[in-house]
Amino acid sequence: MKVSVYGTAMSSAIAISGLHKSFGRTKALDGLDLIVDVGEVHGFLGPNGAGKSTTIRVLLGLLRSDAGTVSLLDGDPWRDATALHSRLAYVPGDVTLWPNLTGGEVIDLLGTLRGGLNAKRKAELLERFDLDPTKKGRGYSKGNRQKVALVAALASDVELLLLDEPTSGLDPLMEAVFRECIAEERGNGRTVLLSSHILAEVEALCDRVSIVRNGRVADSGTLAELRHLTRTSIEADLAGPPTGVADLPGVHDAHVTGNRIRCEVDTVHLDEVLRRLTAIGVRGLVSRPPTLEELFLRHYRDELPEEVPA
Amino acid sequence: MTTDITARRRTTALVGTGTLLRLGARRDRIMLPIWLYVLVALAVGTAFSFKGLYPTVASRIAFAVEVGGNGGLKALTGPTFDLTSIGGLTAWRVGASAAVLVGLMNVFTVVRHTRAEEQDGRLELIGAGVVGRHAPLAAAVGLAVITDLLIGAVIAIGLVAIGQPAAGSIALGAELAAVGAAFAGIAAVAAQVTESSRAANGIASAVLGAAYLFRAIGDSATTSGLSWLSWLSPIGWGQRVRPFAGERWWVLALPIGAAALTVWLAGALVARRDLGAGLLPARPGRADARGLATPLALAWRLQRGALLAWLIAFAVLGVALGGIAQDMAGLVNTSSQLHSIIAELGGVNGIVDEFLAAMLGLLGLVAAVFTVQAVLRLRTEETAQRAEPVLATRTSRVAYAASHLTIAVVGGAALLAVGGATMGLADGLRTGNLRTELPSLLASALAQVPAAWVLAGVALALFGLLPRIAVAGWAALVVCLLLGELGPTLHVPQWAMDVSPFTHVPKLPGGQFTGTPIGWLLVVSVVLAVAGLIGFRRRDIG
Repeated sequence: MKVSVYGTAMSSAIAISGLHKSFGRTKALDGLDLIVDVGEVHGFLGPNGAGKSTTIRVLLGLLRSDAGTVSLLDGDPWRDATALHSRLAYVPGDVTLWPNLTGGEVIDLLGTLRGGLNAKRKAELLERFDLDPTKKGRGYSKGNRQKVALVAALASDVELLLLDEPTSGLDPLMEAVFRECIAEERGNGRTVLLSSHILAEVEALCDRVSIVRNGRVADSGTLAELRHLTRTSIEADLAGPPTGVADLPGVHDAHVTGNRIRCEVDTVHLDEVLRRLTAIGVRGLVSRPPTLEELFLRHYRDELPEEVPA
Repeated sequence: MTTDITARRRTTALVGTGTLLRLGARRDRIMLPIWLYVLVALAVGTAFSFKGLYPTVASRIAFAVEVGGNGGLKALTGPTFDLTSIGGLTAWRVGASAAVLVGLMNVFTVVRHTRAEEQDGRLELIGAGVVGRHAPLAAAVGLAVITDLLIGAVIAIGLVAIGQPAAGSIALGAELAAVGAAFAGIAAVAAQVTESSRAANGIASAVLGAAYLFRAIGDSATTSGLSWLSWLSPIGWGQRVRPFAGERWWVLALPIGAAALTVWLAGALVARRDLGAGLLPARPGRADARGLATPLALAWRLQRGALLAWLIAFAVLGVALGGIAQDMAGLVNTSSQLHSIIAELGGVNGIVDEFLAAMLGLLGLVAAVFTVQAVLRLRTEETAQRAEPVLATRTSRVAYAASHLTIAVVGGAALLAVGGATMGLADGLRTGNLRTELPSLLASALAQVPAAWVLAGVALALFGLLPRIAVAGWAALVVCLLLGELGPTLHVPQWAMDVSPFTHVPKLPGGQFTGTPIGWLLVVSVVLAVAGLIGFRRRDIG
């Protein structure tokens, strides 16, 4: 159990189990489970329409769950919404601003409504994100609207940040600034739920990752744990022909050309396969752990056949 | 050569108009038929009921004699040309109100398909396709004008079908279509001037209101030499086509010419500005939000511009109507039939009091437009996803909804207070009884407030309980408007009249003040508001 810097002992900042939510006949969430520990940056991955935003909106008490239990900062996000909201900040993926209010006004307004804003931090963030706070809402580009919401969220002293695809529309320079900021927030002991489909961002920032698909979490764990369950790609130059290697348990997609073999190996069977390769004699070896992208695509591809009978 | 290129430019500027026109028709496939239905029902329904009410020429002549000298009635409806025929009676009775409705239809339609699209960024998506610079404007105006022509045609066919002369029927339909087209042009210009669709709607509606007011003063002031004012108003032009009273077809050239001129001007403005920009340049604002720290402050900030414009409009209306009130007494020989006509318009005792009471009844309805609009802002904010970040703070849902409700409740009362006070001021200065007129008319105006609040309550209840059809708040208002305007003329049964809260407001000044109906209206509005707030607390946002 971790103890947050705010002194309250919580096992997890977010604990969701068996969450269901339907909109008419559309099932948005279908038994979703999610645990986010205090102090961690948790990546929330999934294709469009998987249920990421719906989950976050349930956590914000904007949507009422149909079934399942949801605990947010040891409270009920629906019943205790206003009390909990003073302890969290939210950045939507698609920020719409009031056309006749300036960015600076929106930042102050949202901060004040949340219960206070750190003026020094606001000034510093405006500087870092290179944002002009005197422009009216209708004058901002998408990226700048996103920055307004980011500054408003990051400038407040809260325990939890709920970020729903927060970097959509940001240029690479600003994305780097965003990553720095999140790294600092983690250093300050804050918890972050980061919904994203920018995998490099998740890989760089997140302690743990949950992959959501069709309204359920398909996989959850640290990147190392997730990798363990998947395949490593191997390319080997051998002393002789790789007879029998392709038939070993856990070997997939083997391509043999002369004394060369290229294949995917289930990480649990890696040991046996390597032993067989060294028995033949290894001249050269390239092994690559699966990227998050591959993890993601594997989960995503699996769902394609499922969709056909439906 | 040069002319060749110019000609080609001219044609390419309109490329895609047909596609956009079909897109607009598809998007408005529910809204425009409703407008068509309401306007046709208004014109043809009125004619049909007049057939029953004044079946003989003699009965119509008796009626015409009484209306002929009544400036107050003319201020509301318009000039009388020939009231001896059913058609002439209909053209007189519905001419102004139908022109206002058709004008609003054109304003909303044109702004929705031009500035609103541009403001929301959808026009950018379209503008990147093979679409000429002028195509979106041409498609929007085209959609509005096609609807105008349909409305005019169906009204003409309907009137002929119930046995009215073809020439007059066509003239009435054509008059409404031409006035509609003029307001389509005015809205097209307004849409070029500002960056926000709300402001464009406001500017064009203000021109419409001014057109009605000019006509009202011009038509009622037969003796004071201000009748030329009616010739400055598109609504006045329409009426001067004189359907069923020796049609003057050439007058149609005025609204049609105005339409052509304003559309040309709007087109010229489109060619001179950037996409998304208005003619008024955007200025930088303040970098921090001093004083903008509560949901109520936010709601005030979002609605104060509109409220200010409404307050000015009410002050102008109050002064104008209060200023002509005393003209009513001299022009009217009190006979029973005219009494019943004025009573239909909402009054009971004493011609001036009847006039003032009728006008205050009208102000009450107009104030309800503001209260409904102010409450439905909640739904606009929600669907634009601007409610979400606010509700993700400590702001409770009740506090959030109550903020806009407060603007509606206080703003509605302020509008009627200003309208009543300015009316009392103008009337009081003319009679020299300022000390009695001002408080009396102020109090009479405030008696309308609870009825306007009931409509705010209806809108909030819809927002909380049935958010998807929250716009039905407008439908409730239109029902009240039609009941008040036409209910008495068409002898609508009392139980149906009782549906409108405005039926229950005591007719003041002149009538007996009774607290009971006011109390009930307050109870109903509170119950509706509480139901809406409870519903909003329980439902999903978005």
